[in-house]
Amino acid sequence: MKRSVFYDFTKGFIEENPTFRLVIGMCPTLAVTTSVVNGFWMGLSVIFVLVFANVFVSLLRKVTPDEIRLPVFVILIATPVVIVELVMKAYLPAMYEILGIFVPLIVVNCIIIARAEAFAFKQPVLNSLADGLGIGAGYTLNLILISGIREFLGTGQITIGSFRFPATPFFEPAAVMLTPPGGFICLGLLMAILNVLLARRERKTKAQAV
Amino acid sequence: MEIIAIILGGVLINNFVFMQYLGLCPFVGVSRQLETALGMSGAVIFVMTMASAVTSVLEIYVLAPLGLGYLRTIAYILVIASFVQLVELFMKKAAPGLYKALGIYLPLITTNCAVLGVTMLNVRHSYGVLMSTLNGLAGALGWSLAIIIFAGIRERWRLMDIPKTLEGFPLALVSTGLMSLAFLGFQNLFKAVFR
Repeated sequence: MKRSVFYDFTKGFIEENPTFRLVIGMCPTLAVTTSVVNGFWMGLSVIFVLVFANVFVSLLRKVTPDEIRLPVFVILIATPVVIVELVMKAYLPAMYEILGIFVPLIVVNCIIIARAEAFAFKQPVLNSLADGLGIGAGYTLNLILISGIREFLGTGQITIGSFRFPATPFFEPAAVMLTPPGGFICLGLLMAILNVLLARRERKTKAQAV
Repeated sequence: MEIIAIILGGVLINNFVFMQYLGLCPFVGVSRQLETALGMSGAVIFVMTMASAVTSVLEIYVLAPLGLGYLRTIAYILVIASFVQLVELFMKKAAPGLYKALGIYLPLITTNCAVLGVTMLNVRHSYGVLMSTLNGLAGALGWSLAIIIFAGIRERWRLMDIPKTLEGFPLALVSTGLMSLAFLGFQNLFKAVFR
């Protein structure tokens, strides 16, 4: 069966959404989502690493023996992470400080190794590229969504550079949203809401089928 | 004094799961039963303590003097991967039942971000070899405490009537959030004890 490259790209947004459907890569999802800007840069770094790793794993899939594939994956993942780390340190030192250990920790982000193992190791290069872009973009959107909610509720406004919306908070901000408990509860409730929506859609399609 | 600070800090105040968001995947994945949680804890304590010790030796005597700081991530992950392999071989022989129960999560310790995380934190705080090892041990103990409590909670879910939409991960995250709220209470422990 020939898989369409387009499908491999789009499935990352809903069907195989890394955070909500596959439930992988949780730690950075919660740790960096205290502001939208952090979430965006983290997402961008993950896209780069994911695409790089997917493409190279896919290129080398025919010459890599099965037994040593994990060490090979780890090296192929660690290389782009070091690139991201050095580039970020040089051009975005402030962001590098904020994201802290979570930049090198992209190496052990389960999303990347899971995609290498489950997808790129078996699929042609172009599909792997699309898969990396799609899953990475889906992940970035999740980060922006979660960080948007947390930043808005936690500080009363969303700050991107010098742009603030709304200009003055119109309610008393709940600082707990920025702390770890707030993050856990926020993500848990988001998942529950998504479950409700999916269940409703399923019921609808079933009703139509009858 | 610093030793007490590191141990208390690692176990209670800066608990990896609740305060630093490290090691969440196995925390949610392996906590369905108390027994597997205990086995995983043992493996993590061993790997994390040893990895902290070895990586700090590597950092202080090899990477830092030669100015190879940019190889840190790759070097560390290789050290951790080989330790995990060691634990896996040992468990396969010594405790095959546990080995089966842990399943995929055993090799996944390699990608347990708490392990790489603690070694990176050691570098950030510029701890020496002894302090790093202690920090690794304390962090692992804190992680184990968290997963054992959580497994206990999850075992009780079986007796409860849970709304369908909350089943599984959503409820796991919300209850982790509530536990983390409780651990937030330890934040001022130091100020209370040492002042």
